[in-house]
Amino acid sequence: MADKAIAEVISLKVTLMIRRFDPEVDSEAKWVDYDIEMYGTDRVLDALHKVKWEIDGSLTFRRSCAHGVCGSDAMRINGRNRLACKTLIKDLDLSQPIYIEPIKGLPVEKDLIVDMNPFYQAYRDINPFLMANDKPKRERLQSPEDRARYDDTTKCILCAACTTSCPVFWTDGQYFGPAAIVNAHRFIFDSRDEGAEVRLDILNDKEGVWRCRTTFNCTEACPRGIEVTKAIAEVKQAILKGRA
Amino acid sequence: MAVIIETPNSPRTKKQANWEKYGWLFMRVSGPLLIVLVFTHLISNLVVGEGIKAIDFAFVAGKWADPFWQVWDLAMLWLAMIHGTNGMRTIVNDYAEHETVRKSLITILWAVCGLLVLLGTLVIFTFDPCPAGAAVELLPSFCPVN
Repeated sequence: MADKAIAEVISLKVTLMIRRFDPEVDSEAKWVDYDIEMYGTDRVLDALHKVKWEIDGSLTFRRSCAHGVCGSDAMRINGRNRLACKTLIKDLDLSQPIYIEPIKGLPVEKDLIVDMNPFYQAYRDINPFLMANDKPKRERLQSPEDRARYDDTTKCILCAACTTSCPVFWTDGQYFGPAAIVNAHRFIFDSRDEGAEVRLDILNDKEGVWRCRTTFNCTEACPRGIEVTKAIAEVKQAILKGRA
Repeated sequence: MAVIIETPNSPRTKKQANWEKYGWLFMRVSGPLLIVLVFTHLISNLVVGEGIKAIDFAFVAGKWADPFWQVWDLAMLWLAMIHGTNGMRTIVNDYAEHETVRKSLITILWAVCGLLVLLGTLVIFTFDPCPAGAAVELLPSFCPVN
Protein backbone atom coordinates (compact mmCIF):
# COMPACT_ATOMS: atom_id res chain seq x y z
CA MET A 1 0.00 0.00 0.00
CA ALA A 2 1.28 3.40 -0.88
CA ASP A 3 2.19 5.03 2.36
CA LYS A 4 3.05 8.40 0.97
CA ALA A 5 1.39 11.25 2.75
CA ILE A 6 -0.55 13.32 0.31
CA ALA A 7 -0.43 16.96 1.22
CA GLU A 8 -3.82 18.28 2.16
CA VAL A 9 -5.27 20.58 -0.44
CA ILE A 10 -5.32 24.05 1.01
CA SER A 11 -8.55 25.96 1.31
CA LEU A 12 -8.66 29.61 0.32
CA LYS A 13 -11.08 32.39 1.13
CA VAL A 14 -11.30 34.63 -1.88
CA THR A 15 -13.25 37.69 -2.88
CA LEU A 16 -14.20 38.02 -6.51
CA MET A 17 -14.94 41.46 -7.88
CA ILE A 18 -16.78 40.88 -11.13
CA ARG A 19 -17.61 43.61 -13.63
CA ARG A 20 -21.27 42.96 -14.31
CA PHE A 21 -23.59 44.42 -16.90
CA ASP A 22 -27.13 43.40 -17.78
CA PRO A 23 -28.26 45.34 -20.86
CA GLU A 24 -31.92 44.87 -19.89
CA VAL A 25 -31.52 46.46 -16.45
CA ASP A 26 -28.27 48.42 -16.20
CA SER A 27 -27.31 51.60 -18.01
CA GLU A 28 -23.66 50.96 -17.23
CA ALA A 29 -21.46 48.22 -15.84
CA LYS A 30 -20.89 47.86 -12.09
CA TRP A 31 -18.56 45.91 -9.80
CA VAL A 32 -20.20 43.14 -7.75
CA ASP A 33 -18.30 41.23 -5.07
CA TYR A 34 -18.65 37.58 -4.08
CA ASP A 35 -16.97 35.92 -1.10
CA ILE A 36 -16.33 32.25 -1.73
CA GLU A 37 -14.18 29.45 -0.44
CA MET A 38 -12.02 27.69 -2.98
CA TYR A 39 -9.35 24.99 -3.01
CA GLY A 40 -5.72 25.66 -3.80
CA THR A 41 -6.08 23.54 -6.92
CA ASP A 42 -8.95 25.62 -8.32
CA ARG A 43 -8.76 27.98 -11.22
CA VAL A 44 -10.53 31.29 -11.72
CA LEU A 45 -12.97 29.48 -14.00
CA ASP A 46 -13.92 27.18 -11.10
CA ALA A 47 -14.58 30.25 -8.98
CA LEU A 48 -16.84 31.66 -11.69
CA HIS A 49 -18.65 28.33 -11.87
CA LYS A 50 -19.10 28.34 -8.11
CA VAL A 51 -20.68 31.79 -8.30
CA LYS A 52 -22.90 30.87 -11.22
CA TRP A 53 -23.98 27.47 -9.90
CA GLU A 54 -24.31 28.25 -6.21
CA ILE A 55 -24.80 31.99 -5.74
CA ASP A 56 -26.12 33.83 -8.79
CA GLY A 57 -27.20 31.90 -11.86
CA SER A 58 -27.48 35.07 -13.91
CA LEU A 59 -23.68 35.52 -14.09
CA THR A 60 -22.83 35.22 -17.76
CA PHE A 61 -19.51 34.22 -19.28
CA ARG A 62 -18.19 32.09 -22.14
CA ARG A 63 -16.35 28.84 -21.65
CA SER A 64 -16.31 25.70 -23.66
CA CYS A 65 -13.51 23.18 -23.22
CA ALA A 66 -12.32 24.68 -19.92
CA HIS A 67 -8.81 23.36 -20.54
CA GLY A 68 -7.00 26.15 -22.36
CA VAL A 69 -7.63 24.87 -25.87
CA CYS A 70 -10.79 26.49 -27.21
CA GLY A 71 -9.98 30.06 -26.21
CA SER A 72 -13.52 30.97 -25.13
CA ASP A 73 -12.84 32.31 -21.65
CA ALA A 74 -10.32 35.07 -22.23
CA MET A 75 -11.00 37.79 -19.68
CA ARG A 76 -9.22 40.56 -17.84
CA ILE A 77 -8.12 39.17 -14.47
CA ASN A 78 -6.43 41.64 -12.11
CA GLY A 79 -5.81 43.93 -15.07
CA ARG A 80 -4.19 41.31 -17.26
CA ASN A 81 -5.73 39.35 -20.12
CA ARG A 82 -5.73 35.65 -19.29
CA LEU A 83 -7.74 32.51 -19.83
CA ALA A 84 -9.83 31.89 -16.70
CA CYS A 85 -9.29 28.16 -17.18
CA LYS A 86 -5.49 28.49 -17.11
CA THR A 87 -5.21 30.85 -14.14
CA LEU A 88 -4.80 29.16 -10.76
CA ILE A 89 -6.33 31.11 -7.91
CA LYS A 90 -3.38 30.39 -5.60
CA ASP A 91 -1.04 32.14 -8.09
CA LEU A 92 -2.91 35.43 -7.70
CA ASP A 93 -2.42 37.98 -4.96
CA LEU A 94 -5.13 36.93 -2.50
CA SER A 95 -4.53 39.75 -0.03
CA GLN A 96 -6.91 41.72 -2.22
CA PRO A 97 -9.99 40.78 -4.26
CA ILE A 98 -9.61 39.15 -7.66
CA TYR A 99 -10.87 41.64 -10.23
CA ILE A 100 -12.52 40.06 -13.25
CA GLU A 101 -13.62 42.15 -16.25
CA PRO A 102 -14.54 41.45 -19.85
CA ILE A 103 -11.70 41.90 -22.37
CA LYS A 104 -11.36 45.52 -23.47
CA GLY A 105 -11.94 47.13 -26.85
CA LEU A 106 -14.92 45.04 -27.95
CA PRO A 107 -18.57 45.92 -27.17
CA VAL A 108 -19.79 44.25 -23.96
CA GLU A 109 -23.01 42.30 -24.49
CA LYS A 110 -23.60 40.97 -20.99
CA ASP A 111 -21.31 40.55 -17.95
CA LEU A 112 -18.11 38.98 -19.27
CA ILE A 113 -19.38 38.38 -22.81
CA VAL A 114 -18.25 40.70 -25.59
CA ASP A 115 -19.21 40.90 -29.24
CA MET A 116 -16.37 39.05 -30.97
CA ASN A 117 -17.51 39.84 -34.53
CA PRO A 118 -15.14 42.79 -35.19
CA PHE A 119 -12.31 40.53 -34.03
CA TYR A 120 -13.36 37.68 -36.32
CA GLN A 121 -13.86 40.07 -39.24
CA ALA A 122 -10.21 41.18 -39.04
CA TYR A 123 -9.26 37.48 -38.99
CA ARG A 124 -11.40 36.80 -42.09
CA ASP A 125 -9.91 39.79 -43.89
CA ILE A 126 -6.40 38.33 -43.95
CA ASN A 127 -7.54 35.17 -45.82
CA PRO A 128 -6.88 32.58 -43.12
CA PHE A 129 -6.70 29.59 -45.47
CA LEU A 130 -4.13 27.95 -47.73
CA MET A 131 -3.92 29.74 -51.06
CA ALA A 132 -2.38 27.55 -53.74
CA ASN A 133 -3.14 27.30 -57.42
CA ASP A 134 -1.93 23.80 -58.21
CA LYS A 135 -4.17 20.81 -57.61
CA PRO A 136 -1.88 18.12 -56.23
CA LYS A 137 -2.68 14.40 -56.37
CA ARG A 138 -1.13 13.86 -52.93
CA GLU A 139 -0.35 15.86 -49.82
CA ARG A 140 1.89 18.90 -50.11
CA LEU A 141 5.26 17.99 -48.66
CA GLN A 142 7.23 20.35 -46.46
CA SER A 143 10.64 20.06 -44.83
CA PRO A 144 10.88 20.21 -41.03
CA GLU A 145 12.84 23.47 -41.39
CA ASP A 146 10.12 25.07 -43.49
CA ARG A 147 7.52 23.90 -40.99
CA ALA A 148 9.52 25.32 -38.10
CA ARG A 149 9.58 28.76 -39.76
CA TYR A 150 5.97 29.52 -38.78
CA ASP A 151 5.49 26.98 -35.98
CA ASP A 152 5.02 29.64 -33.30
CA THR A 153 2.05 31.28 -34.99
CA THR A 154 0.19 27.99 -35.58
CA LYS A 155 -0.51 27.87 -31.84
CA CYS A 156 -3.12 30.65 -31.94
CA ILE A 157 -6.53 29.71 -30.53
CA LEU A 158 -8.25 33.01 -31.41
CA CYS A 159 -9.07 33.83 -27.80
CA ALA A 160 -8.57 37.58 -28.50
CA ALA A 161 -6.41 38.06 -25.40
CA CYS A 162 -3.67 39.72 -27.49
CA THR A 163 -5.86 41.96 -29.63
CA THR A 164 -7.86 43.20 -26.64
CA SER A 165 -4.67 43.95 -24.66
CA CYS A 166 -3.41 46.23 -27.45
CA PRO A 167 -3.70 49.96 -26.64
CA VAL A 168 -3.86 50.77 -30.35
CA PHE A 169 -6.86 48.45 -30.75
CA TRP A 170 -8.59 49.99 -27.70
CA THR A 171 -8.77 53.38 -29.40
CA ASP A 172 -8.81 52.32 -33.04
CA GLY A 173 -11.22 49.49 -33.70
CA GLN A 174 -10.21 49.55 -37.38
CA TYR A 175 -6.72 48.23 -36.58
CA PHE A 176 -6.35 44.62 -37.73
CA GLY A 177 -4.94 43.71 -34.33
CA PRO A 178 -2.24 41.25 -33.26
CA ALA A 179 -4.34 38.09 -33.66
CA ALA A 180 -5.16 38.76 -37.33
CA ILE A 181 -1.50 39.55 -38.05
CA VAL A 182 -0.37 36.39 -36.24
CA ASN A 183 -2.71 34.31 -38.39
CA ALA A 184 -1.54 36.08 -41.54
CA HIS A 185 2.05 35.31 -40.44
CA ARG A 186 1.11 31.64 -40.16
CA PHE A 187 0.37 31.55 -43.92
CA ILE A 188 2.79 34.21 -45.18
CA PHE A 189 5.75 32.15 -43.97
CA ASP A 190 4.28 28.78 -44.97
CA SER A 191 6.34 27.45 -47.90
CA ARG A 192 3.25 25.72 -49.38
CA ASP A 193 1.21 28.90 -49.54
CA GLU A 194 1.24 31.20 -52.56
CA GLY A 195 -0.84 34.04 -51.19
CA ALA A 196 1.88 35.86 -49.26
CA GLU A 197 1.80 38.83 -51.63
CA VAL A 198 -1.95 39.24 -51.21
CA ARG A 199 -1.74 39.11 -47.42
CA LEU A 200 1.27 41.43 -47.23
CA ASP A 201 -0.66 43.85 -49.41
CA ILE A 202 -3.67 43.66 -47.09
CA LEU A 203 -1.51 44.29 -44.01
CA ASN A 204 0.46 47.09 -45.68
CA ASP A 205 -2.56 49.25 -44.93
CA LYS A 206 -3.25 52.38 -42.94
CA GLU A 207 -4.80 50.09 -40.31
CA GLY A 208 -2.29 47.30 -40.88
CA VAL A 209 1.04 46.42 -39.30
CA TRP A 210 2.33 50.01 -39.24
CA ARG A 211 -0.16 50.86 -36.48
CA CYS A 212 1.75 48.48 -34.17
CA ARG A 213 3.52 50.44 -31.45
CA THR A 214 5.58 47.46 -30.18
CA THR A 215 4.32 47.76 -26.61
CA PHE A 216 4.58 43.96 -26.21
CA ASN A 217 1.19 43.82 -24.44
CA CYS A 218 0.14 41.12 -26.91
CA THR A 219 3.17 38.91 -26.28
CA GLU A 220 2.59 39.22 -22.55
CA ALA A 221 -1.13 38.44 -22.87
CA CYS A 222 -0.90 35.39 -25.12
CA PRO A 223 -1.94 32.29 -23.13
CA ARG A 224 -0.19 30.12 -25.72
CA GLY A 225 3.15 31.87 -25.34
CA ILE A 226 3.26 33.05 -28.95
CA GLU A 227 5.85 35.76 -29.54
CA VAL A 228 3.21 38.01 -31.08
CA THR A 229 5.22 41.24 -31.33
CA LYS A 230 8.06 39.34 -32.99
CA ALA A 231 5.64 37.89 -35.54
CA ILE A 232 4.31 41.38 -36.31
CA ALA A 233 7.90 42.65 -36.72
CA GLU A 234 8.60 39.80 -39.16
CA VAL A 235 5.56 40.76 -41.23
CA LYS A 236 6.79 44.39 -41.27
CA GLN A 237 10.19 43.20 -42.50
CA ALA A 238 8.54 41.04 -45.17
CA ILE A 239 6.53 44.02 -46.44
CA LEU A 240 9.66 46.19 -46.56
CA LYS A 241 11.57 43.51 -48.49
CA GLY A 242 8.55 42.80 -50.68
CA ARG A 243 8.63 39.09 -49.96
CA ALA A 244 8.18 36.53 -47.22
CA MET B 1 -16.27 14.31 -61.83
CA ALA B 2 -13.80 16.72 -60.43
CA VAL B 3 -15.26 19.95 -59.21
CA ILE B 4 -13.35 22.95 -60.48
CA ILE B 5 -13.12 25.76 -57.99
CA GLU B 6 -11.69 28.99 -59.21
CA THR B 7 -9.03 30.62 -57.04
CA PRO B 8 -11.31 32.32 -54.53
CA ASN B 9 -9.17 35.40 -54.03
CA SER B 10 -7.41 37.60 -56.51
CA PRO B 11 -4.87 40.18 -55.32
CA ARG B 12 -6.35 43.49 -54.37
CA THR B 13 -5.88 46.27 -56.85
CA LYS B 14 -2.65 48.13 -56.23
CA LYS B 15 -3.23 51.01 -53.90
CA GLN B 16 -1.63 54.39 -54.12
CA ALA B 17 1.61 55.20 -52.34
CA ASN B 18 1.29 54.05 -48.74
CA TRP B 19 2.39 56.82 -46.43
CA GLU B 20 2.17 54.67 -43.31
CA LYS B 21 5.00 52.48 -44.55
CA TYR B 22 7.22 55.40 -45.50
CA GLY B 23 6.34 57.17 -42.25
CA TRP B 24 7.40 54.10 -40.30
CA LEU B 25 10.65 53.87 -42.26
CA PHE B 26 11.34 57.60 -41.87
CA MET B 27 11.04 57.35 -38.07
CA ARG B 28 13.60 54.56 -37.99
CA VAL B 29 16.06 56.33 -40.27
CA SER B 30 15.72 59.80 -38.77
CA GLY B 31 15.87 58.55 -35.16
CA PRO B 32 19.52 57.36 -35.17
CA LEU B 33 20.52 60.30 -37.39
CA LEU B 34 19.00 62.73 -34.88
CA ILE B 35 20.90 61.12 -32.00
CA VAL B 36 24.19 61.84 -33.81
CA LEU B 37 23.12 65.33 -34.96
CA VAL B 38 21.71 66.47 -31.61
CA PHE B 39 24.48 65.13 -29.38
CA THR B 40 27.25 66.47 -31.62
CA HIS B 41 25.42 69.81 -31.55
CA LEU B 42 25.20 69.75 -27.75
CA ILE B 43 28.82 68.72 -27.24
CA SER B 44 30.23 71.25 -29.73
CA ASN B 45 28.14 74.05 -28.20
CA LEU B 46 28.26 73.28 -24.50
CA VAL B 47 31.27 71.11 -23.73
CA VAL B 48 34.16 71.66 -26.12
CA GLY B 49 36.44 74.70 -25.71
CA GLU B 50 35.16 77.30 -23.28
CA GLY B 51 31.95 75.32 -22.84
CA ILE B 52 28.69 77.02 -22.13
CA LYS B 53 30.38 80.41 -21.45
CA ALA B 54 31.37 80.69 -25.10
CA ILE B 55 27.77 81.06 -26.26
CA ASP B 56 26.84 84.58 -27.28
CA PHE B 57 25.69 86.31 -30.44
CA ALA B 58 29.17 86.12 -31.94
CA PHE B 59 29.35 82.36 -31.29
CA VAL B 60 26.04 81.66 -33.10
CA ALA B 61 26.86 84.12 -35.90
CA GLY B 62 30.25 82.49 -36.33
CA LYS B 63 28.68 79.04 -36.61
CA TRP B 64 26.10 80.12 -39.17
CA ALA B 65 28.76 81.75 -41.28
CA ASP B 66 30.11 78.25 -41.84
CA PRO B 67 28.27 76.20 -44.53
CA PHE B 68 29.04 73.02 -42.58
CA TRP B 69 27.04 74.15 -39.53
CA GLN B 70 24.34 75.63 -41.77
CA VAL B 71 23.74 72.23 -43.34
CA TRP B 72 24.07 70.55 -39.93
CA ASP B 73 21.46 72.79 -38.30
CA LEU B 74 19.21 72.58 -41.35
CA ALA B 75 19.27 68.76 -41.24
CA MET B 76 18.60 68.85 -37.50
CA LEU B 77 15.69 71.26 -37.95
CA TRP B 78 13.98 69.35 -40.74
CA LEU B 79 14.50 65.87 -39.30
CA ALA B 80 13.53 66.83 -35.74
CA MET B 81 10.42 68.72 -36.83
CA ILE B 82 9.15 65.99 -39.16
CA HIS B 83 10.11 63.22 -36.71
CA GLY B 84 8.38 64.98 -33.83
CA THR B 85 5.29 65.93 -35.80
CA ASN B 86 4.90 62.42 -37.16
CA GLY B 87 5.18 61.09 -33.61
CA MET B 88 2.49 63.52 -32.48
CA ARG B 89 0.34 62.47 -35.44
CA THR B 90 0.63 58.86 -34.26
CA ILE B 91 -0.46 59.83 -30.76
CA VAL B 92 -3.41 61.80 -32.18
CA ASN B 93 -4.38 58.78 -34.28
CA ASP B 94 -4.25 56.64 -31.15
CA TYR B 95 -6.27 58.88 -28.89
CA ALA B 96 -8.55 61.20 -30.90
CA GLU B 97 -11.78 59.28 -31.28
CA HIS B 98 -13.81 61.72 -33.36
CA GLU B 99 -12.84 61.91 -37.00
CA THR B 100 -13.27 65.70 -37.23
CA VAL B 101 -11.17 66.28 -34.10
CA ARG B 102 -8.53 63.91 -35.40
CA LYS B 103 -8.39 65.50 -38.84
CA SER B 104 -8.26 69.07 -37.51
CA LEU B 105 -5.56 68.23 -34.94
CA ILE B 106 -3.43 66.62 -37.63
CA THR B 107 -3.95 69.55 -40.00
CA ILE B 108 -2.90 71.98 -37.24
CA LEU B 109 0.14 69.82 -36.43
CA TRP B 110 1.45 69.81 -39.99
CA ALA B 111 0.66 73.50 -40.48
CA VAL B 112 2.69 74.39 -37.37
CA CYS B 113 5.47 72.05 -38.45
CA GLY B 114 5.57 73.60 -41.93
CA LEU B 115 5.62 77.12 -40.51
CA LEU B 116 8.45 76.37 -38.08
CA VAL B 117 10.50 74.56 -40.71
CA LEU B 118 10.02 77.47 -43.11
CA LEU B 119 10.95 80.09 -40.48
CA GLY B 120 13.96 78.08 -39.31
CA THR B 121 15.24 77.52 -42.83
CA LEU B 122 14.82 81.21 -43.57
CA VAL B 123 16.76 82.19 -40.45
CA ILE B 124 19.64 79.79 -41.19
CA PHE B 125 20.11 81.10 -44.72
CA THR B 126 19.29 84.79 -44.33
CA PHE B 127 21.01 85.30 -41.00
CA ASP B 128 23.09 88.48 -40.92
CA PRO B 129 26.14 87.97 -38.68
CA CYS B 130 27.11 91.65 -38.85
CA PRO B 131 23.94 93.73 -38.40
CA ALA B 132 24.47 97.43 -38.94
CA GLY B 133 24.51 99.58 -35.82
CA ALA B 134 25.18 96.72 -33.39
CA ALA B 135 27.62 97.10 -30.52
CA VAL B 136 31.03 96.17 -31.88
CA GLU B 137 32.08 93.99 -28.94
CA LEU B 138 29.09 91.67 -29.52
CA LEU B 139 29.89 90.96 -33.19
CA PRO B 140 32.02 88.09 -34.47
CA SER B 141 35.64 88.86 -35.27
CA PHE B 142 35.21 88.65 -39.07
CA CYS B 143 32.74 91.57 -39.31
CA PRO B 144 34.11 94.57 -41.31
CA VAL B 145 33.54 97.04 -38.43
CA ASN B 146 36.25 95.24 -36.54
